[in-house]
Amino acid sequence: MSIEQERRVVQQISRPVSMVAETVVSSAPTTISPIREYLNNRGSGRRADSSFAALMLVCACSIFVIVLFIFTVLVMNSHLSLVAFGWKFFMREAWDPNAGDFGALPFIYGTLMTSFLALLIAVPLALGVAIFLTELCPRPLRAPISFLSELLAAIPSVVYGLWAVFVLVPLMRSTIGPFLLKTFGWTGLFEGPNFGVGILTAGIILSIMVLPIISSLTRDIMTAVPNSQREAVLALGATKWEMIRIGVLRNSRIGIVGAVMLGLGRALGETMAVTIVIGNHPEITKSLFAPGYTLASVIANEFSEATGDLYYSALIEIGLALFLVTIVVNAVARLMVWAVTRGAPSRTS
Amino acid sequence: MSIDAQSINGAGATFPYPIYSKWFSEYNRLHPEVKINYQSIGSGGGIRQVSEGIVDFGATDSPMSDQQIARAKVKTQHIPTVLGAVVPVYNLPGTNKDLNFSGDVIADIYLGKIKKWNDSRIAKDNPGINFPDQPILPVYRSDGSGTTYIFTDFLAKASPDWAARVGRNTSVRWFAGIGQKGNEGVAGMVRQAPYAFGYVELIFAAHNRMPFGAVKNPAGSFVKASTDSVTAAAAASAKAIPADYRVSITNAPGAASYPISSFTWMLIPTVSKDAGKTRAMVGFLYWMLDHGESEATAQSYAPLPKQLEESVRKTVAQIR
Repeated sequence: MSIEQERRVVQQISRPVSMVAETVVSSAPTTISPIREYLNNRGSGRRADSSFAALMLVCACSIFVIVLFIFTVLVMNSHLSLVAFGWKFFMREAWDPNAGDFGALPFIYGTLMTSFLALLIAVPLALGVAIFLTELCPRPLRAPISFLSELLAAIPSVVYGLWAVFVLVPLMRSTIGPFLLKTFGWTGLFEGPNFGVGILTAGIILSIMVLPIISSLTRDIMTAVPNSQREAVLALGATKWEMIRIGVLRNSRIGIVGAVMLGLGRALGETMAVTIVIGNHPEITKSLFAPGYTLASVIANEFSEATGDLYYSALIEIGLALFLVTIVVNAVARLMVWAVTRGAPSRTS
Repeated sequence: MSIDAQSINGAGATFPYPIYSKWFSEYNRLHPEVKINYQSIGSGGGIRQVSEGIVDFGATDSPMSDQQIARAKVKTQHIPTVLGAVVPVYNLPGTNKDLNFSGDVIADIYLGKIKKWNDSRIAKDNPGINFPDQPILPVYRSDGSGTTYIFTDFLAKASPDWAARVGRNTSVRWFAGIGQKGNEGVAGMVRQAPYAFGYVELIFAAHNRMPFGAVKNPAGSFVKASTDSVTAAAAASAKAIPADYRVSITNAPGAASYPISSFTWMLIPTVSKDAGKTRAMVGFLYWMLDHGESEATAQSYAPLPKQLEESVRKTVAQIR
């Protein structure tokens, strides 16, 4: 075939089938529609596509780079404190900015204690909400109730702190505190004066804040359990509660643990609401009425006025510890939740 | 000759913010070409920013330490502007009388040695008042602040135990009590919690109409804070004031002096980076000495005593 003929064949191939017959008959070029002409002249979009893909990759990597950058800055700025105290920093019980003596143990205790209390109160409630909404709730009520429970997550934490100071703290002082002392005083956990602020109050306010996270994720996980499991258990003669326990909860155990850990991740980093009601006193006491101090609160309170390099550096080291702990907890939690919900149908409300 | 418009930036203590902002806006009204902006970020921030040359002047409630002065990139001169005081506030249901407190009693409350309101040492200073058998809740500042510096400076002078175990600083180790953020936090907690005891700035207590107590001064009298008693403290210490004005006037001598008083300073760079700005700043300082001080009382700030105004004027004359 001559080159001329080859070109014509290629042109024919790129034309709609109906026009091919015409071009075979006539050797002169027929009119091409403007759209076809435009499309023919565009050329390959390879360069535009690959540069767009590269740009999106840069955006995606930028998040990772920012996190890495934060980590590097934290390590560099806590250098002084790392050198002065070493790893014992996290096991010392001291906080004297005037004498330059710092130790993070009271804050670690406060953070763990308040988070543990928050989970103790929130997990049963969140499980209850999730079970009710997925298994027991009549369909028309499902959407409004789930919307309301997730509304709790939208409230800013400062507002929680404000509510706590004006409502929860006086309530603790006048009603809840004396009641707990009367019923559970034998445990030795409720000794000492009760001023309304303290670890218990902080734990309660944190539990309200992590409740929507745990309940919403648990609902996702429970919905991911296939209906065949439920039907199978019911077919064996189980009651409704046994069906929920054996067919659903047992299968979603890992995911629920993941949801709880995500709630823990939020509780660990919560600052404003906690700092308002925890009493900001860096001491480890057994009593739940006593004031405490958390990692996030000490940074929020003391960072802007920190004079002295060692003080500054010690606060940044606390920030580094908080950063690492929260990342690890969140990463493990996400992994667990993903392990259960992958390939599952999306939640139907 | 046209005067160039000058925009001067300053940052520092929160305590003098109300009077500074009033002064700056009034000075701007009289001299529209000079605009002074002030950000109340705290004494520590003010010292840091003026030392690094980020702002044109700083303001602080606690004088710079020798270490801070040595490490400052921009050398500054302390200029005292007004006086402030820290007052003890409390919430004692059933009593609305003004209570008297000695310095060592307050120190022991915050050290945890005096635990209850009906302690004999409190009763000794307040004859005739029936104190309940209830635990005291001491409230302190959880954020670093000049108020804490002034308060702990006084306690360190009033109680050797405090000086040994705690010391004086914007942020210290507290042995007893709970911390709240800001004057508002302390005041809020004291107002809300029965049997609480705290310390706030005089201005704050005055503006919020909070009852506060009297404190025993070295002369032995229980004095309640007021613009008069605070200025008296500064006047009584006038002889002991060094050339750089970095002095503590807590526990000042004199029967009428309020013992928990303090200067608040502006930090003005000694070497001028911008002649126009320095001229404008010096102009403002002269106006402050001539007119600003007399307005201080209306805002519940104590003005500088007359003896001090003269030497401050001489210091300002040397800034160029």
